Parts: sequence; structure tokens; C-alpha cells
Amino acid sequence: MIWGVLQFPGSCDERDALHACEVVGGEARLIWHEDRDLGGVDGVVVPGGFSFGDYLRAGAIARFSPAMEAVAEHAAAGGPVLGICNGFQVLCEAGLLPGALLRNEELRFICKQADLVALPQHPAVDGPETGHIGRFSAHRPEGADGGRTLSIPLKHGEGRYYAPDDLLDALEAKGQVAYRYAEGHNVNGSVRDIAGVRSERGNVVGLMPHPEHAVDPLTGSTDGRQVFEALERYA
Amino acid sequence: MSRHRELGLTDSEYELIVEKLGREPNAVELAMFSLLWSEHCAYKHSRKLLRRLPTEGPRVVMGPGENAGAVDVGSGYAVAFKVESHNHPSAVEPFQGAATGVGGILRDVFAIGARPIAVLDSLRFGELDSVRSRHLLDGAVRGIGHYGNSIGVPTVGGEVYFEEPYEHNCLVNAMCIGFAKTADMVRAAAAGVGNAVVLMGASTGRDGIGGASVLASAELGEGDDAKRPTVQIGDPFEESKVLECCLELLAKGLLVSLQDLGAAGLTSSAGEMASAGGVGIDIDVAAVPLREADMEPFEIMVSESQERMLGVVEPAKVDEVRAICDKWQTGSAQIGVVTDSGHIRILKAGQVVGDMPVEALVDGCPLYDLAPAAPAAWIYGNRATLPTDADSATTLLALLAAPSIASKKWIFQQYDALVGSRTVRRPETADAAVLQLPEAGNAIAVSIDGNGRKVACEPFNGTVEAVLECTQNLACVGAEPLGLTNCLNFGNPEKPVPAWQLDRAVSGLAAACEELGVPVVGGNVSLYNEGPDGPIYPTPVVAMVGELPDPARTAPSAFAKEGDAIGLLGPFAPTLHGAELTKQRGELEAGLPKPDVAAVAAACATVREAVRAGRVASAHDVSDGGLACALAECAIGAGIGCRADLQELRERGCTPEEALFGEGPGGFVLSGERGELEALGARVIGQVGGTTIELAAGDRSLIVGLGDATEAWRSLDARAESVAEPPADA
Repeated sequence: MIWGVLQFPGSCDERDALHACEVVGGEARLIWHEDRDLGGVDGVVVPGGFSFGDYLRAGAIARFSPAMEAVAEHAAAGGPVLGICNGFQVLCEAGLLPGALLRNEELRFICKQADLVALPQHPAVDGPETGHIGRFSAHRPEGADGGRTLSIPLKHGEGRYYAPDDLLDALEAKGQVAYRYAEGHNVNGSVRDIAGVRSERGNVVGLMPHPEHAVDPLTGSTDGRQVFEALERYA
Repeated sequence: MSRHRELGLTDSEYELIVEKLGREPNAVELAMFSLLWSEHCAYKHSRKLLRRLPTEGPRVVMGPGENAGAVDVGSGYAVAFKVESHNHPSAVEPFQGAATGVGGILRDVFAIGARPIAVLDSLRFGELDSVRSRHLLDGAVRGIGHYGNSIGVPTVGGEVYFEEPYEHNCLVNAMCIGFAKTADMVRAAAAGVGNAVVLMGASTGRDGIGGASVLASAELGEGDDAKRPTVQIGDPFEESKVLECCLELLAKGLLVSLQDLGAAGLTSSAGEMASAGGVGIDIDVAAVPLREADMEPFEIMVSESQERMLGVVEPAKVDEVRAICDKWQTGSAQIGVVTDSGHIRILKAGQVVGDMPVEALVDGCPLYDLAPAAPAAWIYGNRATLPTDADSATTLLALLAAPSIASKKWIFQQYDALVGSRTVRRPETADAAVLQLPEAGNAIAVSIDGNGRKVACEPFNGTVEAVLECTQNLACVGAEPLGLTNCLNFGNPEKPVPAWQLDRAVSGLAAACEELGVPVVGGNVSLYNEGPDGPIYPTPVVAMVGELPDPARTAPSAFAKEGDAIGLLGPFAPTLHGAELTKQRGELEAGLPKPDVAAVAAACATVREAVRAGRVASAHDVSDGGLACALAECAIGAGIGCRADLQELRERGCTPEEALFGEGPGGFVLSGERGELEALGARVIGQVGGTTIELAAGDRSLIVGLGDATEAWRSLDARAESVAEPPADA
């Protein structure tokens, strides 16, 4: 699988994302924000950082880049897209994912290891055993809602997920809540402990924590690999 | 004659300028001279002392005089590092002061062609119960985080002390580590007559005019508000673009040389590049992109607007350089040309508005001898916060809760410590930060240390202790020092006591480095750090980079598991001189024992090899708060209690109190298998286990619940968070 990692002025974690894609067994290359053509990659990572300095609003400028037009087409065609942190913010600004990210409840940047529960795509219809969450199905699910707990670091100042109640109800009904902070790990005040969401089709996923920083046992954990692997089936 | 005094030049310095020019300087020239002849740029009170420092070693790639020092880490790679102060700006406006401190040190590192891979910080504030201190702490931490987080360089470590003498003059020292292929590194010397001088990055505005000379070369006093416009404003996004742009330009071989713009802006950058290359430079101020159209030539030359770099480019490559700047959406303009005149000439639309010999401007400032005099007694205050008759358990909890000892989680949690995927040991999990270098197949460890209180007690011995502390921290993660950099934060060198402190401290630094065989590859000096009550504690901050062969073999500070033996290793002979306990009792006085550097070095070598061989489960050096605090920290970090008998220290002539809470260099707390510890020469003093910390020390024995100890050690979180508005007078 060939991953393309977008690079905007102000991106920070694009090299980490490249490395992570390679660790999970893929090839990876950078895609400059002005490129309208993704060059035939199978999947896209919109990486973390501070694209365009987070000026105006996190992700608000990056969403207008030519590369994001191409990403929207790729997503519409069912191709996998993973937005991490600032990349999640960009995907929300671009309308590829529902909701918005607001400043952390305590108004401070926070960097720490967190537990996430990875949730199946359609819990009411297909249990995790049916394989609808990629390789998660290889593991015994944990937790009452059929999810599996991952240890992945987070680091952000604007990571408080927000959406109106009726939208949240709809997201939950359609299995669009992809990652929830485990109890005691919602450090930013996200509504309903939501750490990441997916598109209705499931091929576009965004989350605030950083799976690309959780692929090497030396630097923390390796649970982040599963976040990449879960998207491979859309390629 | 009064204008030069307002700019900080003495009458005799002014006369020397007139003599070197053969005429009176005009306003542009006077402004430029005043900055380059300021303490901050010319090191005129410290340069002679710094010649004492050993600067050579087999692993040194770049030494003092370059934008940053660098050491060889093998496989054709080098690690660059430098620490620099931003004290005075931070005392005026902590957020921007600290942010631009980080921005400035990053530029120093990528100016030599190294990609910044980590930041560390050394901070000093007044006591935490002061509203001003909490305001400064909050602003500085936010500022460091804002800049480092936004630009994608992890903040992996640092240290903080809270002491009354820093109340009016906080210290913000920022350190950057860079990584480069040795062959790709670049020096800052201008070369090639006829080559273009290209200014890259942000446009030039009126911010920070006179920042270096006004803020960092005189004491801050009443009416500091008038100096607020001299604080620079940082934009990490701009720096991120300039950084990537410069690294791309260097990788493509498009630059002859590169220099950052820091203190004294274009004046200093152009002057230093010309001086290093033995050439002249003509600068056309009309070609400099401005934020405000009506700026005077002198303002353009001395502006300290941030996020700017100066490159020397062959004429045929200028278009390509500018195209890459355009790609990164950052500014570029050819503003000058390298000449063979040996002069810096400032032109405006073809008219010469300033013309100075480079030698006079850059190297002509007179260097002064100090007039040191030792004080008759302890010159700093004493404030008792702990009764002398407090029992041992109460004392341990008070020490663990001391802001200088307590967990700094509240601070480091606001920093991205992970970006770059090199961080093997996160803050507070080991005694030094560890960064893996997969490209070179090994790893480095970094530590930054400097207990000003000890240096105040005795500047020579206190500085030796700072170097030893740094060395011990590296040993705990299995690293061997490759090089040292430093930032010397002192009071007014024109006064006898700060002059004596500086003189003795530099001698101590030189002696320790000489004996350890660690070269000093760079440094920075910040003088005139005084408040209305006198000078700060003399604070030489030392930072070391060490090498370790295998990032998987680094010991944590905390105990690993129940049942492990606890060993004490090293020539540890604790006393209460300058100790945290002595401070809390209000009994500080002059004097500090002379450390045995060779014995400490031998213990470091033992620990280093043991860690590399995986023979110990944990390693932590005994530092502030003594052995009792070191053991408590190991237990708290593990979430497991411990029992230890400190009889060993009593055999060395220590009182029970000194055994528990006394401080001094050379002590390591190790844990692991009893046989292994004994084979290393450690004395087994106890065992990991239980839910209490039980320390036997004769009539001062103590038992403290692990929960209580943890609560005390974690107490900074809540106390620092109670940030009030800025103090009414700031």
C-alpha cells in the first residue's frame, strides 16, 4: 500500500507519519500542498502540526489547498484518508468529517499518553467479529461497547471535539464515533468523550491523538499501528 | 556627547570610536556601534575569563565562535547544541520573551545546517507564593510551548528553581539540539567578493529596537514599562517556513554561508559574517522589506524583528534561492553584496549613510578586566519556612513539596515532547533526556543543570557541582559526555561581588571540564541580572550532550519492581551546606565543600557501564533534598514503597540528618539484583516494596506513606495553576 502524507507550511508531524506508514508495512511519500494530483497513492494521511500557523482557525486555511481538493475526490471515491490532530481539524474544516475542534477546556496545550477505545463501525448491525474494523477483529474486543483499548499519546491545544446533540446522536447511531477517550482520559473536555470520528462510509477517519507516535516500542507504545492498519481495507 | 551615553557607551568608548573612524560617527553608525559594543554582543566583561575554558577534544566538530557548538556522534553525523538566555525580555513580557528565546536558539542551530531535534529549558523564578513569580512562570511556560509546539521541535527536558533572588529578574535559558550530516554543516563566514547578500524570512519592523543593548546590558529598574517596545514578538509559523527553506537551500548547495539575525539584527549578522570572512559588506537599506515604510536607516539596521536569516549566495544562484523562498511562502530580498573593502557600508538609494571598518565595529570593543572582591558574608537573605524541630517525616514531605524539587508535570505536560519520534525517555522518567538517532545507529542523552544557591554559597565549588550533576545525570542513562555548553547568568560585573562570583565560577567550570576531559563547545553570557535587592544567585547553567550506544539500554529513574535491592554507589558525603533543608530553615550561609571530581567521574563510569550492560533496573542521582528525597522519587515514580537503612552514611561521619537530607555530588541510587549491585561496588542499603517509605537513620528515622509522599511531590500542579492576573505593578 502506498500512502501519501500531505505537507503544508507549518506541518510538524509529517516525517513521523511517513515513518509510521513504513512501519506498518507500506510505502510513503510526501505530497506538497500545492499539488492538485495525489500521484496515484492508495491512501492519504493529513498529518499533525500547525498548518499555516493555525492562523484564523486551526485547519481553516489548509482546507483550501489544491491537495485538499484532490483528497476530497479521493475520499469521495472511497479511498482511505486518515487525519491526525491538525489533520483531523483540516478534515472537519473541509467538511469531510462532521463536527469541530475547539480549544481545550482548561485552555492549555497538553501532551500525555492516553487510553482510547477503538469502536467498530456499525456496532448495532455488525459486531467487531465481522471484521468491519479491519484488523481490530483479530483481537478480542474489550469493553462494554465492543471496543478495544489503545494507548496512544495526544498533544494539542485545540482538541475538544464538539458537535450539536442531534448530530452526535446521528453519528452514534451510524457508528461514526471511531475513537473514544477511556474513562479518566478525556483531558480536553470533548463532548461524549469523542477522540475521533469517521465518515459515514468509514473510509475517512480523523482523531486528535497521534497514532504515528505510537509505532515504536522505544518511544512509547505500538498501538498506533492498528489505526493505520484499520484503514488498509479501503485501499 | 550625551547621545552615546543614552545608548550605553561610556565616554572613553565613544572616544575610541571617534579615533577608529577618524571622525565623529553619524547617527546610523553610533546606533550600530552601541549595539555591537554592548555587553550582550561584545562580551566585554567576560571574554577574557572565557579564555580559561578548555575547548578542544577529539569529538569537537565546531567550537566556540560559531553559531552553535557541535560534536561528532559517529557514522558521519554531528549533534549541534547551544543554550542562550532571554532573561531580560522575559522579565518584562514572559510569554514573548520566552517564545523568542526558543525561536532565537533554534535559528542558531539551523544556521549551521543542523535540523533542530530537541529543546530544553532552564528557568528561574522567585518563590512560587509570589504572584509575580506565578505570572512569569505561566507566561514563560506558555511562551516556550507556543513556539516549540508550533514549530514541531520537541521540548524534552529542563529544570526549574524557585528562589527569592530571582523575584525581579527571572531567568529563561533555552537550549536547542540539532542533528546534521557533518559534511553538510555550514559556517557563518561571508566569502566571495561580488556574492549577493540575501535577507530571508520575515520583514523588518520596529520591534525589538535596541533590545540587546538596552535590555541585556543594564539592570532593570523602576519604569521598566518604557522598555516594553524593546521586547521582540515571535511568529513560530514564519520560523517554521524559514527553517525548512534554509535546510532545503543548504541541502541543494545554494548557500555560501548562512547566519541568523538575533540580537542587534542586521548590524550584528552582517558585521559578524564580514568579520569571520575577512571581507566587507555593502547593505542597501532601501532593499530591505519593511513592515513600516518610514523606517530610518538606523532602525532598519538595528531592528530585532524575529524569524530572519542572512545568506551569502553566488550571483548566478540568487534566482533559484528566491524561488525556493517563494515555495516556502517566506520573504527574500537581495539587500547587499560582499566587497573587498573591509568595511560595512550602509547605503540608501545609492547614498552612503554609514561606513565603518569591520574590525572596529565587530572586534574593536575594549575588553575589561573585572575588579572582583569576595563578600565578607552571605549577601542574600534567609527566610525560614520550616521549624528547626520539625520531625523527619514532616521534613521529607516539606522537601518533596518544595517547588524546586516537586514534580514539574504541570510544566512539561504543556510541551510536545514527542514530535520527531526520537524521544526514548520522556520528561521525569529518567535523569536525562534520551533521543534516538537511527541514522547514526545510536542515541544521545542531554541534561541541563545549575543550582544557583550552591554557587552563591561558593562559586567555584558550586559550579563544579553543576558540572558533576550534569555528568551524573548522563551516567544514569548510560551516556558518556561528548561536550558541554553553558549560559552564565550573573549580576552586574562592574560591581565587585558579582565580578568575584563570575570569576570564581568560570574557574570552577574550567577546572571541572579539564578534569573530566569534557570540552566546552560554546556558551552564552547574561550579565546585569539584578533586582532592587541586589544580584540574582550566580547561575552558571551547564548543559551536556552525551552518547550512548543503544537507546534500548537506558535506565529509568524509578524503581522497577517489588523485591529489588537498593544500592548506594559513589563518593557521596552529604552536608547541609546550601541544601534545600537549610534554605527552608532560613540558615543559608557562605561555604560549600570542595568536590572530589576524579572520584565522582569514576563512579559515573561505573554506573554508565552498568546501565549499558543492563545490570541495573534503575539509576537516579542523589540531588536536591538529599538521599531521602532521591529514594522517595524512585518510589513515587514506581508506585512502590521502599525500606532503607542509611547507616552506611553514618559510618562516613554524617549525622542522621545529613544522611537523610544532606546534599553533595557523587551519589547514585541504583536498584536491581543484590548480587549485581554488590559486584558494582554499591552498598546495598534496602529493598523495594510495600506502600511506605521507611528510612532508618538513628533517632531521625522516618516512615511516610507512599500516598502522602506522592501527594506532596505532585503538589506543584495545583499551586502553579492558581495563576492570578499579572501583578498590579507589572
